[in-house]
Amino acid sequence: MKQLVRLRVNGDPRELYLAPNKTLLEALREDLWLTGTKHGCELGECGACTVLLDGRPALSCLTLAVELDGREVTTVEGLGTPTSLHPLQEAFVELGAAQCGYCTSGMLMSAKALLDSNPAPGRDAVRNALAGNLCRCTGYQSILDAVELAATRMAVAGSPAEVPA
Amino acid sequence: MLRLPKFDYVAPPDLAGVLGVLSDRGEGARVIAGGTDLVPNLKRRQFEAAVLVSLHRVDSLRGVHGTHGSGLVIGALTPLDVIANHPHVQEHFRALSEAAGLVATPAIRTRATLAGNLLADTRCNYYDQTEPWRESLGWCMKAQGTICRVAPSSPRCLAVSSCDTAPALIALDARARLASPTGVREIALRELYRDDGIHYLDMARDEVLTEIALPPLGPTRSTYLKLRRRGSFDFPVLGVAARVSRAADGAVADARVVLTGIASRPVEIPEAAKLVGALPSDDAIAEVARAAEQRAKPLDNTDLTIVYRKRMARVYVARALRRCL
Amino acid sequence: MSQDLSVVGRPGPRVEGIAKVTGQFTFVDDLAVPGMLTAKILRSTAAHARIRSLDTSRALTHPGVKAVITGKDLPTCYGIMPTGEDEHALAQEKARYVGDAVAAVAAVDEETADEALKLIGIEYEPLPIHMDVASALLGPGEPIHETRRAANVHKAVALEFGDVDAGFAAADYTREDLFFYEGSTHLPLEEHGALAVPEGPDRVTLHSSTQNPHYVHRAVAKVLGLPEGHVRLVAVPVGGGFGGKCDPFPHEIVACKLALITGRPVKITLTREEVFYAHRGRHPVLMWLRGGYRRDGSMTALHFKTMLDGGAHASYGPAAIYYTGALQTVTYRIPAYRFQGLRVFTNKPPCGPKRGHATPQPRFALEVHLDKVAHDLNMDPAKLRLQNLSRPFTMTVNHLRITSNGLRECLETVLRASNYAAKRGRLPYGRGVGLAVSSYMSGAGLPIYWNDMDHSQVFVKADRGGGVTVYTGATEIGQGAHTVHAAIVAEVLGLQTGDITLVTADTAAAPVDLGSYSSRVTFMSGNAALAAARRLRAMIAEASAERLEAAPEELEFREGRVYARSRPDHGLTFREACGLAEARHGNVLASGSYRPPQLGGPYKGSGVGPSPAYSFSAAVIELRVDSETGQIHVERVWLAHDIGKAINPVLARGQVEGSVYMGLGEALMEESAYRKQLLKAPSMLDYKSPTMMEMPDVETFLIESTDPEGPFGAKEVGQGPLLPIAPALANAVYDAVGVRVDEVPITPAKLVKALQSLAAGKGGRVGPERLPGFSYPEPTRVEPPPESYGHPAAADGTDGGVAAHAGQ
Ligand SMILES: Cc1cc2nc3c(=O)[nH]c(=O)nc-3n(C[C@H](O)[C@H](O)[C@H](O)COP(=O)(O)OP(=O)(O)OC[C@H]3O[C@@H](n4cnc5c(N)ncnc54)[C@H](O)[C@@H]3O)c2cc1C
Ligand code: SF4
Ligand code: FES
Ligand code: FES
Repeated sequence: MKQLVRLRVNGDPRELYLAPNKTLLEALREDLWLTGTKHGCELGECGACTVLLDGRPALSCLTLAVELDGREVTTVEGLGTPTSLHPLQEAFVELGAAQCGYCTSGMLMSAKALLDSNPAPGRDAVRNALAGNLCRCTGYQSILDAVELAATRMAVAGSPAEVPA
Repeated sequence: MLRLPKFDYVAPPDLAGVLGVLSDRGEGARVIAGGTDLVPNLKRRQFEAAVLVSLHRVDSLRGVHGTHGSGLVIGALTPLDVIANHPHVQEHFRALSEAAGLVATPAIRTRATLAGNLLADTRCNYYDQTEPWRESLGWCMKAQGTICRVAPSSPRCLAVSSCDTAPALIALDARARLASPTGVREIALRELYRDDGIHYLDMARDEVLTEIALPPLGPTRSTYLKLRRRGSFDFPVLGVAARVSRAADGAVADARVVLTGIASRPVEIPEAAKLVGALPSDDAIAEVARAAEQRAKPLDNTDLTIVYRKRMARVYVARALRRCL
Repeated sequence: MSQDLSVVGRPGPRVEGIAKVTGQFTFVDDLAVPGMLTAKILRSTAAHARIRSLDTSRALTHPGVKAVITGKDLPTCYGIMPTGEDEHALAQEKARYVGDAVAAVAAVDEETADEALKLIGIEYEPLPIHMDVASALLGPGEPIHETRRAANVHKAVALEFGDVDAGFAAADYTREDLFFYEGSTHLPLEEHGALAVPEGPDRVTLHSSTQNPHYVHRAVAKVLGLPEGHVRLVAVPVGGGFGGKCDPFPHEIVACKLALITGRPVKITLTREEVFYAHRGRHPVLMWLRGGYRRDGSMTALHFKTMLDGGAHASYGPAAIYYTGALQTVTYRIPAYRFQGLRVFTNKPPCGPKRGHATPQPRFALEVHLDKVAHDLNMDPAKLRLQNLSRPFTMTVNHLRITSNGLRECLETVLRASNYAAKRGRLPYGRGVGLAVSSYMSGAGLPIYWNDMDHSQVFVKADRGGGVTVYTGATEIGQGAHTVHAAIVAEVLGLQTGDITLVTADTAAAPVDLGSYSSRVTFMSGNAALAAARRLRAMIAEASAERLEAAPEELEFREGRVYARSRPDHGLTFREACGLAEARHGNVLASGSYRPPQLGGPYKGSGVGPSPAYSFSAAVIELRVDSETGQIHVERVWLAHDIGKAINPVLARGQVEGSVYMGLGEALMEESAYRKQLLKAPSMLDYKSPTMMEMPDVETFLIESTDPEGPFGAKEVGQGPLLPIAPALANAVYDAVGVRVDEVPITPAKLVKALQSLAAGKGGRVGPERLPGFSYPEPTRVEPPPESYGHPAAADGTDGGVAAHAGQ
């Protein structure tokens, strides 16, 4: 039986009427047309579908959408826009951290969660935080560099990525 | 896209509600906590669930309470990342924080719960596969079939207990509290597990794990080492939890070594007791390590070879014990 | 020309960068159109079986199902190579591997389609299964394909260049070795997808995540029985390809067929498990080689034998077999060379062109062999290589034409940066360094099907508004094809990459490009774009010359302006100049094309290996081995790559790092392992792909040898840097702990076994012991060409204006 779910997605209130076997991934892509969130396995094994749930990283392919009543979901579409990129997005573009771009949304969301809670992570902390996001193109180096660059810039700008909740 | 089968879903607001649904809906009901074990298994059609009973609204099951002096109580629904990063757990129950922090990936650990980890299904790479794959191989005892594909003459399923926190908690003498429609019971965590890949838990269908209690242990060091191919994602193909508590004179007062990934339940190495009463020595550690290697009987149903995993039991046990000194 | 570049050679962002970081870049599965159905494929659960019966009646009547098709609906065979058309979109009389497509369903949604698959009744009559080379060669029972050759032999080849026996006779020392390189798969993060939109009863548009729209276009039209003009192929940028999206696939054909039958758009996206079955990954290859050397280390002869486990179809196999023998000669001067290759069919998903296409395997063998030779001769492995290094502007013994060649510079650069000489043999036990070099092609010299046409064509259009559009068939697979085209055209027209609009990989809008394979895009399509842009500039210059009172040749195109060199302050805006050009010419449209020069020697099989230019790489790896657990921790990789000229250094560096990553994956953990007839691990959890935790820091050096024929001097970078990684790692393991694991992946279990063997005084080697019995054909003897082909740059004996740039 379908259930009514009220949640906020990228700040907007949304109401959805969903079968309980719909994952958040499916709801985002098929019901809300937010296709920025990707999928590479649907089993929790790649990280491409990572979004933020109340600011913390979660795999949308393993999350039942009906569990999210009253929660806040942030996807890559809520991170920044072409005219006002998040420093992470800026750094990813600059350093070529998105090659095919398929892992990028998930990477960005994991990185955002990290910088929100730890504005000045060392390289190992970045590695650990992004260890659940596979990338087959970049060899990760440019991604690590981009997260570090974004962190440095955000520190200089004096505004850590919004205060963690 | 791999999708979930159809099921009903309820999310009662409290424990009583959960227990009520479990007893009303009988066989087809299943508890869902973080869903990170259940959802992939359902997507692969490894079993069915008529109704999922979600715990997520039962807030009373979340949180870490107490101190190391009085003992710690951890709500069953506490996410693994909270446990891994809890300062008190890190300092006094290190094996647990290390184990919790090594489960799966960061984005899984925010959703995965302690109870879900302790109760997660046993693993077997003949079984953790989609339906067509298993059909091609031939069904096995755990689903639709009659024999075990790993060891066709085995009378029981040999799927492997693969959760990281169980050995750590057993090494720390943890106790589990379980609630059912008929009451509450508390048992030593080690008693929860059975050496059977299908019936791997000594737990009734309508029971809910509510809490894990950690007793005070005095001056203690503990650790958890995990063997796997990659530093992330992978289940343990061997996990070693070790704990050494010391008396005032430095002699070993109590010692535990518990292995995971090598049998259908966590395996304790009783020879660890031989460390007790003396100052720890390299020889004594080597003896425990050798005993562990002998007791480790891995089968060819996980990653890495059997010979290698068995041999590594010795190496990892010795290393884990040395880290506890 | 190359002194004064304003776009090319600069580290700009990729043109689609912002779309990729904001979630706006669309892949096939992100597309949806009104009325769209979803399709699913039923795949064989038998590895080799005759299909005794197939009943789709219950599936057809399932509510929500719109069509069900089987092999009967698609009887025409196809295959990427004309000599290997042995595939059907849906199995005909038999299935050849687990995962072979058998039937397909279109339904209102994916859940319904999944339900319908379960309602299809199918009965198999099992046939004998062959899962490796030895079993396939023994081949009792029905062969996997009816061929004219012995059971399950797909192809066997033998070539000899120069007098190999004489070469061995002249040697002071010879050495034989055996190696095995395990199969692996591309594992692109995006699962393959296709969306077919019917355009009337006999026309269809297919949007597909393919690297090779041109070849897919041909195959789809052929199987559907439609003129090619009735099929429009739009290659949607792929979320990772690496060669895995190069073949025409059943799901592409099936989507079109179902769209034509139902009259509705049909989308299909493979599951991850199906991606493993689509495969076309790295061939498992067994290798034997024998090298002859003089006391000073110079090579006198090489004999190389390979055995490829091809899986169930030809795919690119006819090329792959030659590739295992072709490029050895490009890095070293080998005076006499014999090559014998064999490819067999097995009941596994077909192998094909994974990054480096059948050249990483022989490269692994050769580079580890050389390390052993150096050890035997008590020589520094670096010196042994320097002794034998190939030279610029020479011909190899197997008739490959080498142009620019920065290999010496690459080698010297990594030796210096890594401090190799001070480390090799001198680090404490458990730590080691290893070295290897390699070469790869900048596009294949010949197309996949024989024809006389250009390999790449590009149109460039401008109009009175000053807008410039590039039309190219080249596909974006993450390698930066879009950016490279935009940069080349922008450079010529004095614009920025952001000023260029791209229309790519749409057969209805863009001219033919053969595809994003064999590292050909920058070189070939880049050259075509360069030619087109230059023509366009000439048109504009001609039209502007009068107004600017200067000769057309005197005009400069810079910073969005057109002016005479002598009067830079007096000029036109690019927009004004385009207006003049449109007025004068009627349109401002130019085309350019590229076809490689005539290459290849006078022998059968010479079509594989020639390339208009070769890239070169050298790598040093430093690592730690835990001798108790056999675990390897790679600490650092130094990689120098001769790219000719980096059109965009950021992108180039990314290709190097990505190649190193994939090479490490193969060297350490990735393997297409089987359990009985089944892929053991068709999932992202169990197929081990390195995470950020395993990836060491990579120090990249881009070596610029400026190729005379590459666009702005550029050569390939997308594949070559993968090649030296596995052998450098194996050599470093030897340096660290003194054992030889002569096969990849070098797993901890194998390493422990080798260490045990060493401790027991049994040599410390793990690897294959022998090749399965097989009589290769007698080699065809080919006379080698003269080493010099008279290129002027070769005369001075230098390595020709090589410049090194550290990755910044
Ligand atoms: C890619 C991937 C990698 C993984 N790697 C690891 C790993 O390295 N180590 C590891 O240990 N695990 C791993 N896991 C498995 C899983 O994520 C963890 O075990 C996790 O802790 C399970 O917790 P959960 O809350 O999500 O459980 P759920 O999926 O919600 O539940 C698991 C089981 O426990 C039952 N259950 C849950 N809570 C209760 C309760 N309170 N009372 C009664 N029954 C209950 C459920 O019915 C179900 O049978 C991995 C999973 C994935 C997808
Ligand atoms: S151990 Fe045997 S019975 Fe159990 S899941 Fe594996 S194959 Fe099936
Ligand atoms: S799609 Fe969710 S982890 Fe791969
Ligand atoms: S950029 Fe392609 S997978 Fe990461």
